[in-house]
Amino acid sequence: MLDQVLLGVAVLVGLALVLNAWRLIIGPTVTDRILALDTMYINCIALIILLGIYFDTSLFFEAALLIAMLGFVGTAALSKYLLRGDIIE
Amino acid sequence: MIKRLFPMPIHTLILLLVWLFLNDFSVGHLILGFIISVGICLIAAPLMDEHPTVKRPLLALRYALMVLLDIIKSNFEVAVRVLSPNASLRPGMVALPLDLEGEFPLAVLASTISLTPGTVSVDFSEDMKWLYVHVLHIDTEEAVIHLIKQRYEQPLKEIFAC
Amino acid sequence: MSLVEWIASFLLVMGGVFVLIGAVGMVKLPDVYTRLHAPTKATTLGIGCILIASMCLHAVRGEGFAIQELVISLFLFITAPVSAYMIAKAALHRRVPMRDGTVNMALAEQARERQSPTAVPGSATQQPSE
Repeated sequence: MLDQVLLGVAVLVGLALVLNAWRLIIGPTVTDRILALDTMYINCIALIILLGIYFDTSLFFEAALLIAMLGFVGTAALSKYLLRGDIIE
Repeated sequence: MIKRLFPMPIHTLILLLVWLFLNDFSVGHLILGFIISVGICLIAAPLMDEHPTVKRPLLALRYALMVLLDIIKSNFEVAVRVLSPNASLRPGMVALPLDLEGEFPLAVLASTISLTPGTVSVDFSEDMKWLYVHVLHIDTEEAVIHLIKQRYEQPLKEIFAC
Repeated sequence: MSLVEWIASFLLVMGGVFVLIGAVGMVKLPDVYTRLHAPTKATTLGIGCILIASMCLHAVRGEGFAIQELVISLFLFITAPVSAYMIAKAALHRRVPMRDGTVNMALAEQARERQSPTAVPGSATQQPSE
Protein backbone atom coordinates (compact mmCIF):
# COMPACT_ATOMS: atom_id res chain seq x y z
CA MET A 1 0.00 0.00 0.00
CA LEU A 2 2.72 2.43 1.01
CA ASP A 3 4.62 1.55 -2.14
CA GLN A 4 1.66 2.52 -4.31
CA VAL A 5 1.32 5.81 -2.42
CA LEU A 6 5.02 6.47 -2.93
CA LEU A 7 4.70 5.75 -6.63
CA GLY A 8 1.71 8.09 -6.94
CA VAL A 9 3.45 10.92 -5.11
CA ALA A 10 6.56 10.40 -7.26
CA VAL A 11 4.36 10.78 -10.34
CA LEU A 12 2.94 14.05 -8.94
CA VAL A 13 6.42 15.42 -8.22
CA GLY A 14 7.64 14.28 -11.64
CA LEU A 15 4.75 16.11 -13.28
CA ALA A 16 5.68 19.20 -11.28
CA LEU A 17 9.26 18.87 -12.57
CA VAL A 18 7.99 18.72 -16.16
CA LEU A 19 5.86 21.84 -15.66
CA ASN A 20 8.82 23.70 -14.16
CA ALA A 21 11.01 22.57 -17.05
CA TRP A 22 8.37 24.02 -19.38
CA ARG A 23 8.67 27.37 -17.62
CA LEU A 24 12.46 27.06 -17.80
CA ILE A 25 12.26 26.66 -21.58
CA ILE A 26 9.67 29.32 -22.43
CA GLY A 27 11.11 31.98 -20.13
CA PRO A 28 10.28 34.76 -21.09
CA THR A 29 12.81 36.60 -18.87
CA VAL A 30 16.00 35.48 -17.15
CA THR A 31 14.45 35.84 -13.71
CA ASP A 32 11.71 33.41 -14.72
CA ARG A 33 14.37 30.88 -15.60
CA ILE A 34 16.21 31.35 -12.30
CA LEU A 35 12.94 30.89 -10.44
CA ALA A 36 12.19 27.73 -12.42
CA LEU A 37 15.65 26.31 -11.67
CA ASP A 38 15.27 27.09 -7.97
CA THR A 39 11.94 25.25 -7.86
CA MET A 40 13.39 22.32 -9.79
CA TYR A 41 16.13 21.94 -7.19
CA ILE A 42 13.50 21.67 -4.47
CA ASN A 43 11.46 19.17 -6.49
CA CYS A 44 14.58 17.04 -6.94
CA ILE A 45 15.07 16.99 -3.17
CA ALA A 46 11.49 15.70 -2.86
CA LEU A 47 12.20 12.93 -5.38
CA ILE A 48 15.40 11.90 -3.60
CA ILE A 49 13.61 11.69 -0.26
CA LEU A 50 10.86 9.57 -1.82
CA LEU A 51 13.56 7.26 -3.15
CA GLY A 52 15.06 7.12 0.33
CA ILE A 53 11.72 6.00 1.79
CA TYR A 54 11.24 3.46 -1.00
CA PHE A 55 14.63 1.80 -0.51
CA ASP A 56 14.31 2.18 3.25
CA THR A 57 17.69 3.78 3.77
CA SER A 58 18.87 7.06 5.24
CA LEU A 59 21.82 7.14 2.86
CA PHE A 60 20.17 9.71 0.60
CA PHE A 61 19.68 12.43 3.18
CA GLU A 62 23.19 13.77 2.94
CA ALA A 63 22.70 14.03 -0.82
CA ALA A 64 19.41 15.89 -0.29
CA LEU A 65 21.05 18.28 2.16
CA LEU A 66 23.89 18.94 -0.28
CA ILE A 67 21.45 19.64 -3.12
CA ALA A 68 19.49 22.01 -0.89
CA MET A 69 22.63 23.98 -0.07
CA LEU A 70 23.94 24.03 -3.64
CA GLY A 71 20.52 25.11 -4.92
CA PHE A 72 20.37 28.02 -2.53
CA VAL A 73 23.93 29.15 -3.28
CA GLY A 74 23.27 28.83 -7.02
CA THR A 75 20.11 30.92 -6.88
CA ALA A 76 21.77 33.56 -4.74
CA ALA A 77 24.79 33.75 -7.05
CA LEU A 78 22.68 34.03 -10.21
CA SER A 79 20.46 36.76 -8.73
CA LYS A 80 23.48 38.62 -7.46
CA TYR A 81 25.02 38.44 -10.91
CA LEU A 82 21.90 39.93 -12.47
CA LEU A 83 21.78 42.60 -9.80
CA ARG A 84 25.38 43.76 -9.89
CA GLY A 85 27.03 42.17 -12.91
CA ASP A 86 29.44 40.50 -10.52
CA ILE A 87 29.23 37.79 -7.87
CA ILE A 88 32.11 38.55 -5.53
CA GLU A 89 32.66 42.25 -5.04
CA MET B 1 40.07 33.25 28.75
CA ILE B 2 36.71 31.49 28.44
CA LYS B 3 35.37 34.53 26.62
CA ARG B 4 38.24 34.32 24.14
CA LEU B 5 37.83 30.63 23.51
CA PHE B 6 34.03 30.87 23.12
CA PRO B 7 33.22 34.22 21.52
CA MET B 8 29.80 32.95 20.40
CA PRO B 9 28.67 30.35 22.96
CA ILE B 10 25.12 29.88 21.59
CA HIS B 11 26.33 29.41 18.04
CA THR B 12 28.94 26.91 19.23
CA LEU B 13 26.23 24.88 20.96
CA ILE B 14 23.95 24.94 17.90
CA LEU B 15 26.80 23.85 15.60
CA LEU B 16 27.70 21.01 17.96
CA LEU B 17 24.07 19.86 18.09
CA VAL B 18 23.73 19.93 14.30
CA TRP B 19 26.96 17.94 13.97
CA LEU B 20 25.64 15.33 16.40
CA PHE B 21 22.28 15.18 14.57
CA LEU B 22 23.98 14.64 11.23
CA ASN B 23 26.20 11.88 12.65
CA ASP B 24 25.62 9.42 15.50
CA PHE B 25 25.78 10.21 19.16
CA SER B 26 29.16 8.85 20.28
CA VAL B 27 32.09 10.11 22.30
CA GLY B 28 34.28 10.37 19.23
CA HIS B 29 31.79 12.52 17.37
CA LEU B 30 31.22 14.61 20.49
CA ILE B 31 34.93 15.47 20.67
CA LEU B 32 35.34 16.00 16.91
CA GLY B 33 32.18 18.13 16.73
CA PHE B 34 33.30 20.17 19.72
CA ILE B 35 36.67 20.93 18.12
CA ILE B 36 35.08 21.84 14.79
CA SER B 37 32.36 24.07 16.25
CA VAL B 38 34.79 25.94 18.49
CA GLY B 39 37.14 26.41 15.53
CA ILE B 40 34.38 27.73 13.26
CA CYS B 41 33.20 30.19 15.90
CA LEU B 42 36.74 31.44 16.47
CA ILE B 43 37.09 32.12 12.74
CA ALA B 44 33.61 33.63 12.34
CA ALA B 45 33.56 35.81 15.47
CA PRO B 46 35.21 38.90 13.90
CA LEU B 47 32.49 38.91 11.22
CA MET B 48 29.65 39.29 13.71
CA ASP B 49 27.80 42.57 14.04
CA GLU B 50 26.04 43.72 17.14
CA HIS B 51 22.34 43.07 16.88
CA PRO B 52 19.48 43.09 19.35
CA THR B 53 19.09 39.81 21.17
CA VAL B 54 15.84 37.98 21.82
CA LYS B 55 14.55 39.42 25.06
CA ARG B 56 11.59 37.13 25.54
CA PRO B 57 12.30 33.58 24.32
CA LEU B 58 8.87 32.20 25.29
CA LEU B 59 7.14 34.81 23.18
CA ALA B 60 9.52 34.00 20.32
CA LEU B 61 8.50 30.34 20.53
CA ARG B 62 4.83 31.32 20.42
CA TYR B 63 5.54 33.53 17.43
CA ALA B 64 7.27 30.68 15.59
CA LEU B 65 4.32 28.36 16.22
CA MET B 66 1.85 31.02 15.12
CA VAL B 67 3.78 31.60 11.89
CA LEU B 68 3.90 27.84 11.23
CA LEU B 69 0.12 27.55 11.67
CA ASP B 70 -0.39 30.62 9.46
CA ILE B 71 1.77 29.08 6.73
CA ILE B 72 -0.33 25.90 6.71
CA LYS B 73 -3.70 27.67 6.95
CA SER B 74 -3.16 30.28 4.30
CA ASN B 75 -1.41 27.91 1.91
CA PHE B 76 -4.81 26.41 1.19
CA GLU B 77 -6.08 29.89 0.42
CA VAL B 78 -3.26 30.52 -2.05
CA ALA B 79 -3.78 27.08 -3.60
CA VAL B 80 -7.37 28.05 -4.39
CA ARG B 81 -6.20 31.41 -5.72
CA VAL B 82 -3.54 29.79 -7.94
CA LEU B 83 -6.03 27.34 -9.41
CA SER B 84 -8.72 29.96 -10.08
CA PRO B 85 -8.57 31.92 -13.37
CA ASN B 86 -5.96 34.65 -13.76
CA ALA B 87 -8.55 37.31 -14.49
CA SER B 88 -9.86 37.17 -10.93
CA LEU B 89 -6.43 38.00 -9.50
CA ARG B 90 -5.64 41.50 -8.34
CA PRO B 91 -1.89 41.58 -7.67
CA GLY B 92 -0.21 44.74 -6.44
CA MET B 93 2.60 46.48 -4.62
CA VAL B 94 2.19 47.86 -1.12
CA ALA B 95 4.56 50.13 0.80
CA LEU B 96 4.57 49.10 4.42
CA PRO B 97 5.66 51.73 6.98
CA LEU B 98 7.98 50.14 9.55
CA ASP B 99 8.16 50.84 13.26
CA LEU B 100 10.69 48.06 13.83
CA GLU B 101 14.39 48.87 13.96
CA GLY B 102 17.62 46.91 13.61
CA GLU B 103 18.79 44.64 10.82
CA PHE B 104 18.09 41.32 12.47
CA PRO B 105 14.47 42.03 13.50
CA LEU B 106 13.78 43.48 10.06
CA ALA B 107 15.24 40.38 8.40
CA VAL B 108 12.97 38.20 10.55
CA LEU B 109 9.95 40.32 9.60
CA ALA B 110 10.80 40.23 5.88
CA SER B 111 11.28 36.44 5.96
CA THR B 112 7.99 35.98 7.79
CA ILE B 113 6.19 38.10 5.20
CA SER B 114 7.74 36.05 2.41
CA LEU B 115 6.85 32.73 4.02
CA THR B 116 3.23 33.56 4.77
CA PRO B 117 1.34 33.09 1.53
CA GLY B 118 0.01 35.96 -0.50
CA THR B 119 2.89 38.32 0.24
CA VAL B 120 6.55 38.54 -0.80
CA SER B 121 8.85 41.23 0.55
CA VAL B 122 10.66 42.88 -2.36
CA ASP B 123 12.93 45.59 -0.98
CA PHE B 124 13.58 48.06 1.81
CA SER B 125 13.85 51.76 1.25
CA GLU B 126 17.30 53.22 1.85
CA ASP B 127 16.40 54.70 5.24
CA MET B 128 14.92 51.37 6.44
CA LYS B 129 11.59 53.00 7.16
CA TRP B 130 9.56 51.34 4.42
CA LEU B 131 9.24 47.78 3.21
CA TYR B 132 7.94 47.14 -0.29
CA VAL B 133 5.70 44.09 -0.42
CA HIS B 134 4.23 42.36 -3.44
CA VAL B 135 0.78 40.95 -2.72
CA LEU B 136 -0.83 38.23 -4.81
CA HIS B 137 -4.36 39.46 -4.25
CA ILE B 138 -5.28 42.83 -2.76
CA ASP B 139 -8.76 43.52 -1.47
CA THR B 140 -7.90 46.80 0.17
CA GLU B 141 -4.42 48.11 0.78
CA GLU B 142 -5.20 49.17 4.34
CA ALA B 143 -6.31 45.67 5.27
CA VAL B 144 -2.97 44.17 4.13
CA ILE B 145 -0.92 46.77 6.01
CA HIS B 146 -3.07 46.44 9.12
CA LEU B 147 -2.80 42.65 9.10
CA ILE B 148 0.99 42.61 8.80
CA LYS B 149 1.50 45.33 11.41
CA GLN B 150 -0.91 43.79 13.89
CA ARG B 151 -0.09 40.15 13.48
CA TYR B 152 3.65 40.06 12.80
CA GLU B 153 5.31 43.37 13.57
CA GLN B 154 3.72 43.89 16.98
CA PRO B 155 4.91 40.56 18.49
CA LEU B 156 8.37 41.06 16.97
CA LYS B 157 8.61 44.45 18.64
CA GLU B 158 7.83 42.84 21.98
CA ILE B 159 10.27 39.96 21.40
CA PHE B 160 13.20 42.23 20.59
CA ALA B 161 12.01 44.97 22.95
CA CYS B 162 12.68 47.85 20.58
CA MET C 1 -1.25 -0.89 7.61
CA SER C 2 -0.44 0.75 10.91
CA LEU C 3 -1.66 4.13 12.04
CA VAL C 4 1.71 5.75 11.44
CA GLU C 5 1.74 4.52 7.86
CA TRP C 6 -1.70 6.03 7.32
CA ILE C 7 -0.52 9.37 8.68
CA ALA C 8 2.65 9.20 6.60
CA SER C 9 0.68 8.35 3.45
CA PHE C 10 -1.64 11.29 4.04
CA LEU C 11 1.31 13.64 4.54
CA LEU C 12 3.03 12.28 1.42
CA VAL C 13 -0.04 12.82 -0.74
CA MET C 14 -0.56 16.31 0.67
CA GLY C 15 3.09 17.13 0.01
CA GLY C 16 2.89 15.86 -3.55
CA VAL C 17 -0.26 17.87 -4.22
CA PHE C 18 1.30 21.06 -2.85
CA VAL C 19 4.45 20.59 -4.92
CA LEU C 20 2.25 20.12 -7.99
CA ILE C 21 0.18 23.22 -7.16
CA GLY C 22 3.41 25.21 -6.93
CA ALA C 23 4.40 24.00 -10.39
CA VAL C 24 0.95 24.71 -11.86
CA GLY C 25 1.13 28.25 -10.47
CA MET C 26 4.57 28.53 -11.99
CA VAL C 27 3.22 27.86 -15.48
CA LYS C 28 -0.13 29.60 -15.16
CA LEU C 29 0.44 32.89 -13.32
CA PRO C 30 0.92 35.98 -15.47
CA ASP C 31 4.21 37.67 -14.43
CA VAL C 32 7.41 37.03 -12.46
CA TYR C 33 6.21 38.74 -9.32
CA THR C 34 3.05 36.67 -9.03
CA ARG C 35 4.97 33.54 -10.02
CA LEU C 36 7.26 34.09 -7.05
CA HIS C 37 4.36 33.30 -4.72
CA ALA C 38 3.74 29.73 -5.87
CA PRO C 39 7.16 28.06 -5.51
CA THR C 40 8.35 29.86 -2.39
CA LYS C 41 5.36 28.81 -0.35
CA ALA C 42 3.43 25.90 -1.80
CA THR C 43 6.58 23.98 -2.73
CA THR C 44 8.27 24.66 0.60
CA LEU C 45 5.23 23.46 2.53
CA GLY C 46 4.94 20.43 0.25
CA ILE C 47 8.52 19.37 0.85
CA GLY C 48 8.05 19.97 4.58
CA CYS C 49 5.13 17.49 4.55
CA ILE C 50 7.18 14.88 2.65
CA LEU C 51 10.11 15.27 5.05
CA ILE C 52 7.90 14.87 8.13
CA ALA C 53 6.36 11.73 6.59
CA SER C 54 9.83 10.34 5.96
CA MET C 55 10.79 11.14 9.55
CA CYS C 56 7.76 9.25 10.92
CA LEU C 57 8.46 6.21 8.75
CA HIS C 58 12.11 6.05 9.73
CA ALA C 59 11.23 6.33 13.41
CA VAL C 60 8.72 3.46 13.11
CA ARG C 61 11.08 1.20 11.18
CA GLY C 62 13.40 1.34 14.14
CA GLU C 63 16.43 3.11 12.73
CA GLY C 64 16.30 5.60 15.51
CA PHE C 65 14.82 9.04 15.35
CA ALA C 66 16.37 10.43 12.16
CA ILE C 67 16.76 14.14 12.73
CA GLN C 68 18.48 14.84 9.39
CA GLU C 69 15.12 15.43 7.73
CA LEU C 70 14.35 18.10 10.27
CA VAL C 71 17.65 19.81 9.46
CA ILE C 72 16.82 19.77 5.73
CA SER C 73 13.32 21.20 6.18
CA LEU C 74 14.61 23.86 8.59
CA PHE C 75 17.27 24.82 6.05
CA LEU C 76 14.67 25.07 3.27
CA PHE C 77 12.33 27.16 5.43
CA ILE C 78 15.16 29.58 6.19
CA THR C 79 16.49 29.87 2.63
CA ALA C 80 13.20 30.04 0.69
CA PRO C 81 12.34 33.65 1.64
CA VAL C 82 15.93 34.76 1.04
CA SER C 83 16.04 33.39 -2.50
CA ALA C 84 12.56 34.83 -3.21
CA TYR C 85 13.78 38.22 -2.01
CA MET C 86 16.87 38.06 -4.20
CA ILE C 87 14.93 36.98 -7.31
CA ALA C 88 12.36 39.77 -6.76
CA LYS C 89 15.16 42.29 -6.40
CA ALA C 90 16.85 41.08 -9.57
CA ALA C 91 13.53 41.25 -11.45
CA LEU C 92 12.93 44.82 -10.27
CA HIS C 93 16.46 45.79 -11.22
CA ARG C 94 16.03 44.42 -14.74
CA ARG C 95 12.70 46.26 -15.09
CA VAL C 96 10.69 43.13 -15.74
CA PRO C 97 7.21 44.49 -16.44
CA MET C 98 4.29 43.77 -14.16
CA ARG C 99 0.99 42.52 -15.45
CA ASP C 100 -1.53 45.17 -16.48
CA GLY C 101 -3.95 45.90 -13.69
CA THR C 102 -1.37 45.55 -10.93
CA VAL C 103 -2.30 47.87 -8.09
CA ASN C 104 0.24 50.63 -7.32
CA MET C 105 2.53 49.82 -10.21
CA ALA C 106 4.28 53.16 -9.65
CA LEU C 107 5.71 51.85 -6.39
CA ALA C 108 7.98 49.50 -8.32
CA GLU C 109 9.93 52.49 -9.59
CA GLN C 110 10.59 53.70 -6.06
CA ALA C 111 11.37 50.24 -4.79
CA ARG C 112 14.04 49.94 -7.46
CA GLU C 113 15.64 53.20 -6.42
CA ARG C 114 15.16 52.27 -2.77
CA GLN C 115 13.48 55.58 -2.06
CA SER C 116 10.69 55.96 0.44
CA PRO C 117 7.29 56.22 -1.27
CA THR C 118 6.81 59.76 0.02
CA ALA C 119 9.91 60.96 -1.86
CA VAL C 120 8.00 61.91 -5.02
CA PRO C 121 4.90 63.97 -4.30
CA GLY C 122 1.68 62.62 -5.73
CA SER C 123 2.69 59.00 -6.00
CA ALA C 124 2.59 58.35 -2.27
CA THR C 125 -0.23 56.10 -1.25
CA GLN C 126 0.20 55.95 2.49
CA GLN C 127 1.45 58.28 5.16
CA PRO C 128 3.68 56.78 7.84
CA SER C 129 1.59 55.80 10.80
CA GLU C 130 2.95 55.89 14.29
